[in-house]
Amino acid sequence: MNRRNFLKTAALGVGGILLPAKDSPASVWESFFQKYYREMNDKEKKDVVARLEKEYEEKYKKHIKVKTNAPLPKVLYGYGLDLSRCVGCRRCVYACVTENNQSRNPQIQYITVLQFEQGEKWVSDLEESNKYYNPETVPAPEHFYMPVQCQQCEKPPCVKVCPTQATWKEPDGIVVVDYNWCIGCRYCMAACPYNARKFNWGEPTIPVDEINTETHYLGNRPRIKGAVEKCTFCIQRVRENPGRYPACVEVCPVGARKFGNLLDPESEIRVLIETKRVFRLKEELNTQPKFYYFFSL
Amino acid sequence: MAGKLVYFLLLVVVMVAMPVYSEAQDNTTTMDNSTENDVPKFVTTKPQFTEGIFPCSNCHAAMTPNRQRRELSFHTEIQLNHAKRQRWCLDCHDADNRNVLKLANGDHVTFEESYNLCGQCHGNIFRDWKTGIHGKRIGYWNGDKTYYLCVNCHNPHSPHFKPLKPLPMPAHPQDVTKIKSTTSIEVDGRKLYIPVYEK
Repeated sequence: MNRRNFLKTAALGVGGILLPAKDSPASVWESFFQKYYREMNDKEKKDVVARLEKEYEEKYKKHIKVKTNAPLPKVLYGYGLDLSRCVGCRRCVYACVTENNQSRNPQIQYITVLQFEQGEKWVSDLEESNKYYNPETVPAPEHFYMPVQCQQCEKPPCVKVCPTQATWKEPDGIVVVDYNWCIGCRYCMAACPYNARKFNWGEPTIPVDEINTETHYLGNRPRIKGAVEKCTFCIQRVRENPGRYPACVEVCPVGARKFGNLLDPESEIRVLIETKRVFRLKEELNTQPKFYYFFSL
Repeated sequence: MAGKLVYFLLLVVVMVAMPVYSEAQDNTTTMDNSTENDVPKFVTTKPQFTEGIFPCSNCHAAMTPNRQRRELSFHTEIQLNHAKRQRWCLDCHDADNRNVLKLANGDHVTFEESYNLCGQCHGNIFRDWKTGIHGKRIGYWNGDKTYYLCVNCHNPHSPHFKPLKPLPMPAHPQDVTKIKSTTSIEVDGRKLYIPVYEK
């Protein structure tokens, strides 16, 4: 055997080991050869959705609908958060977990509510904040709160560093992840200045009776171990037509959270940008977030 | 000669059109004003009354209104912490028809439209509420919305926000592996799962 033949045989052998086993179910083969989401045509998307729905049905004994709604035309989503009103009650955190089928154990939460002492030099010193506060009631005297989640940057650093292009920015401004293409390298987590991306270190678990069965392929469908996930402005809700508000907006007891279309001058997000004092987090990094913090007082 | 005629005709056209144009402009400005003052059409949640208290005429119909400012012997649970020095029940409640509210100009509004009453003093907040910046609204970002009334979040007699119990803090990195299971708690009518740690 000459060197060339040896290498050929070795490559085939190694390749063969990496392939799914011969007697694997068809769905394993299909997921192995699944195309990149952005290159799929409608028929291929439909097939993938059918396969996923079947897999979820077997796993959770429950029908979970997987949508593939495309971006709405002439829509660019924007988010507003009223720092004068937020009381730090964390209702948004748990509404998000429920809506988006995040793993309960290990725990994954898209929203982090930071607590600051009044007068603290805070916008530039986020490290001084405390997210493990637990008083009897909030707001704690002499403290204020700033929830942080994915800022849906116009120039997202996380997208730039992804070696498999498993994450990208959609035309409506939402930065999404294709969990089937994520290899779990966590470069995006290192690149994100807002600590908005979360990694599934273990097999995600959700109590079956708590699963949200209305899901989107790029959003809250059940995740796998080793995939990175993040806030998608509740893509499964906002991309309907008419589109619902994200879950965190609807749950906020003080009405501090605002959501709308940046291209629509009548939208609350546009009105607040034009009439209130607005800032974006870590603006100096030129990530150009579409998440606007504002002060109504 | 023909040139002069053309100029003359042009002048006539401009003079005729001027008032029409300015009228059109006036029309648009008044329309703008009216939309600014309009209250959104997607209203609203219901005001929450204490059980058995509404309609107020159930009790008040048989009573002669006493307009005197005084310590109440009934409705004692109501703490008036809303500009107490300047305010008295009958500034908002109508003495002759207790089932409606009374504006400063003497007009009546229903309890469902109480935002008109609140907006009399809190004009800037009212403006923000109408555009959706102040207060809470749910529904569709590009469709029908439900606005929360002022009184759905604020107690009109004591409007300052009540402190809330925060939901559990996130697992500390050193406790991540100590999550044993999850348990459910009921918060504002919703079932939420929270982690249970092993001791």
